[in-house]
Amino acid sequence: MLDDLDRRILRHWQADAGLTPVDLADLVGLTPGKVARRIVRMQEAGIIEGVGMVVDWAALGYTVEVSLRITLDKTQSNAFDMFLEAARKVAEVIEIQTFLGRVDVRLSIIARDMGHYQQIYRGDILTLPHIADIEALMHVARIKSDEALPL
Amino acid sequence: MIALDEIDHKLIQSLARDATQSAGALGRHLGLSQPATWRRIKRLESAGILRGKRLRLNREALGFGVTVFLGVKLATKGHVSLDDFERAVSAIPEVQTVEHVLGLYDYRLRVVARDLADFERVLRRRIMTLPGAGAVEANVLLSEERLRGPLGS
Repeated sequence: MLDDLDRRILRHWQADAGLTPVDLADLVGLTPGKVARRIVRMQEAGIIEGVGMVVDWAALGYTVEVSLRITLDKTQSNAFDMFLEAARKVAEVIEIQTFLGRVDVRLSIIARDMGHYQQIYRGDILTLPHIADIEALMHVARIKSDEALPL
Repeated sequence: MIALDEIDHKLIQSLARDATQSAGALGRHLGLSQPATWRRIKRLESAGILRGKRLRLNREALGFGVTVFLGVKLATKGHVSLDDFERAVSAIPEVQTVEHVLGLYDYRLRVVARDLADFERVLRRRIMTLPGAGAVEANVLLSEERLRGPLGS
């Protein structure tokens, strides 16, 4: 469905999302109109979802980031749904992922400092329903974060 | 850290969702003039709060059916250079993110692949051969939600 030109457009755009269709046209050797049409086609096909700004939570004062790896009590048939619904209500949870593997769910939590984290952990996380086990990973540094696909 | 008000919070959330909106269009939503909106955006950018744009692509639509998170423990700490490991792992195209963490693992990697067979190839040829890589735990991603976070709440 995608040809080499589509892939080249996506590769350049992925590397620098600030590029305009005119910039992209220069890079791949097409007219801006043709690039724009290809972009619209890829948007309509659901391949391109959008362009968003990256928010740096540390710059907003949330300097602590913890990954909580959670195992749920699966003897409860609706454990996943109830847990996820409650976890979505915790403001400091910025990401929820579910897995097939040793861990069922991972929550990404941000906090202003360790005191704040402790408060969220005790008050909002440990009270979430159907938790069987929790492991915490503390973020030290992001080495690579562009989330680029190998196109 | 700069002081932010409710309008800044709304601006951050709106731009995180869609960075292609013009300052004029954003301003109309927030009851601000175009120059006032533009000044606020520049201020958020220079404070490092808004860190550039990112293209969101649909992995499945592009044929990447599998995303796996790997917890990697370094085998012999002290003998391997973290820099060497980080450089080598960051150079693998299928590795989307690399986070240095404290806890059960040393690094957390996000890896995309076309299918499980493709993932196995990446794991065997690229990850297991990294300098210093020890125990690896894999969890296959089933679903993922990104939430708005503690702004404006």
